[in-house]
Amino acid sequence: MKIKGRAISRGVARGRALVTSKPISFLGGVDPLSGRIIEEGNELFSEIIANRVLVFPQGKGSTVGSYVLYQLMKNGVAPCAMINITSEAIVAVGAIISGIPLVDCLQTNPLDIIHDGDMVLVNGTEGYVEVIREDKDDKNEISR
Amino acid sequence: MHLTKEEEAIYKGEFGATKQKAMEILVSLGDIYDANSLIPVDSAQISGVSYRTIGDAGLEWISDLDARVEVPSMLNPAGMDRENWSDMGIPAKFAEKQEEILRAYERLGINPRCTCTPYYIDPPKFGGHLAWAESSAVAYANSVLGARTNREGGPSALAAAIIGKTPCCGLHLDENRAPDVLIRVSDKLHDSDYGALGYKVGEMLRDNIPLFQLGSLPTRDELKSLGAAMAASGAVALYHVEGVTPESKSFDRPKERLSLDLKDIKEIYEKRSGSDIIALGCPHCSTDELRRISRLLSGKKVTTDLWICTSRWVKEQNPDLVRAIEMSGAKIICDTCMVVSPASERFERMMVNSGKALKYVPSLCGVDAVLATTEDCIRTACD
Repeated sequence: MKIKGRAISRGVARGRALVTSKPISFLGGVDPLSGRIIEEGNELFSEIIANRVLVFPQGKGSTVGSYVLYQLMKNGVAPCAMINITSEAIVAVGAIISGIPLVDCLQTNPLDIIHDGDMVLVNGTEGYVEVIREDKDDKNEISR
Repeated sequence: MHLTKEEEAIYKGEFGATKQKAMEILVSLGDIYDANSLIPVDSAQISGVSYRTIGDAGLEWISDLDARVEVPSMLNPAGMDRENWSDMGIPAKFAEKQEEILRAYERLGINPRCTCTPYYIDPPKFGGHLAWAESSAVAYANSVLGARTNREGGPSALAAAIIGKTPCCGLHLDENRAPDVLIRVSDKLHDSDYGALGYKVGEMLRDNIPLFQLGSLPTRDELKSLGAAMAASGAVALYHVEGVTPESKSFDRPKERLSLDLKDIKEIYEKRSGSDIIALGCPHCSTDELRRISRLLSGKKVTTDLWICTSRWVKEQNPDLVRAIEMSGAKIICDTCMVVSPASERFERMMVNSGKALKYVPSLCGVDAVLATTEDCIRTACD
């Protein structure tokens, strides 16, 4: 299933989705050393975002959050790609400086069609997202 | 967004990786905020300077950049006075990291003057386009000087400095500078009342543009205090004052109207005694403010810590005023302020004359704050 969106940060990556309906504050909300979500009250509390396709509505909080994404990347624990409902400056800038593909404004709300653990490809250069279902030809990669 | 041939080449990486990243930032932000093109800026002012704010994350990014800025660029306040950090109680390790950040910015060709009032050093022209990040300086440049800037973030201001351009959207365009709401205050206001008014109005408006009808004629310092407080308690980046600010007559009066009186404003002054620090200069003091403080301190001795925050440039312009103020035992603090320096954290309660400091000192320093007039601040410090 291929869904068109808007390209915000260039690059292509695929990985397992990690989905939240809550905005994320990277400063104070994510531990830059481990990539663990440490904001209490977030439904992804204690989950690790490293190498996942992080799906969330948008960023919030301090603009220093952009630098935290950079630090996550430097520490090898950044998400491999991100999908937003509508990106704002903090996450957009953080994704660009860290080389993390980011797409927003999908034709369908990503929270409705992408679930935790789905294999997702994010093309931040052309601006689309592909959800790869288990019954497709990626079976080997999907099996745990 | 439309890019020129040269911008396109930068975007493709033909001028190096740093310029490419900077251009990617501008293009993406332009897309997000519906800009059609980039517009050249006269100067940039970059936030994200204090080591306490950006930490190792920010330091790493800035240190990895390899380019020179295209336009004159200054920095927001750092976490310490670069000369007297030790007196402020700043640990050597922090000072080392702070200097590393400033060196990294300097290497990009940025003037390491750290101030929230860059307009005293290099005043922008009326109608000039800027990429400034410090919210109180954005409010002052837009409203009092009639220059044009959005509220940039640290990295977007830096990207604009490296390219010399910013996305042409928001407050760069005439149609987005019209007031949304008329606010009438017929009572006479003075000094910290403007910070209190800004504190109140910012909470009500968020990022709307107010047009004030005031019963008194504010000084430029009072306008600075008004705008800084609205930008802190809300996200106001532009305001107009009828008969005072340069664009106040450029637009029709808005239909939405409200009035405030002195009683609404005075409730922001909560009387709590027992301040163990008094701090003035948020935003950084002008020469006029230093002169006034010096007059109020004349012949007095400070008994409670009194900080007066200003830019190093204003301090250097006024050696006599500085000497007079320091005779009282007050400390002139440069390059930093009570809001961004970790030196504030050791106090229990801070008395301030600024609506902006009243908003940020509790949340950023974990220190209780009370608002008072400048006269009361000086009286309390010398009690």
